[in-house]
Amino acid sequence: MRETKLWTWHIATAAIILVLLTLHMIIMHLDDVLGAFNPSGGEAIAWANVLARSQMVFFVIIYTLLLAVALYHGLYGLRTILFELGLRRPLQKLVNVVFWIGGIGLFVLGTCATIVTRIPAIVPWLWATF
Amino acid sequence: MAVSKHYPNRLGILGWLIRGRWGIERYMYTLHRVTGLGLLAYFLLHILVTSQRAFGRPAWETTMAAVSHPIFRIGEFLVFVAFAIHAANGIRLVAIELGWAVGKPEEPVYPYRTSLHVQRPLLVAVMIIAAIVVLIGGFDFLALSRAGHVAH
Repeated sequence: MRETKLWTWHIATAAIILVLLTLHMIIMHLDDVLGAFNPSGGEAIAWANVLARSQMVFFVIIYTLLLAVALYHGLYGLRTILFELGLRRPLQKLVNVVFWIGGIGLFVLGTCATIVTRIPAIVPWLWATF
Repeated sequence: MAVSKHYPNRLGILGWLIRGRWGIERYMYTLHRVTGLGLLAYFLLHILVTSQRAFGRPAWETTMAAVSHPIFRIGEFLVFVAFAIHAANGIRLVAIELGWAVGKPEEPVYPYRTSLHVQRPLLVAVMIIAAIVVLIGGFDFLALSRAGHVAH
């Protein structure tokens, strides 16, 4: 039953990724063709555009959501491949623990970067404090 | 409740490619996994690289300069191709998983029709979609649009 739930989440996250990653690809990699959400013009990765997008709540929400669902989808997919190779129970448990810790760690890192970029003044404060 | 018997996976990763007279769908299974693993590897690195923006403009511009070599551009395009194939084939897989693309049950009257009569055209359709997306992406990635601007 637990595996069925995990598999259902895998499919549900795929549907969310399809929408959000398509949007991300349109913004970041089809900028020459479509030029969407790049208020300063030029390259999508130009600092002015990165900063402008990070100031929009819409992007903070969708990037955080995309990060979470893509991490789940990708790590669950890799877990499936590894389990199919016939891992023994202790190794399966180890894979579960490593993937949960790694996934949550990367999610925290990505989310912190999104929030910190939204408040640029926090960076000098963080450096001074830590 | 039925309990499935456990069979060891003796072929392992080699089973993705060899053994058996398989249809194109089986090779799409392999391609789906290979593209998925490639996308995951890129995604994990992508999180680390893009997190550099938290350290301000100099850190971001230094990082972007470090990954601006044409070889990274080609790598990014390959990631885009993997995205197009994985996404389009994923739509097909979900449609089959949910029973939308297996056809209606019918009497076995000769000439017989199988669910493959529905699935194979779907496979062709999603791969045409993937090819169109790759062509549009190639136009952008290979800077053909910018070449057009320069020419004008």
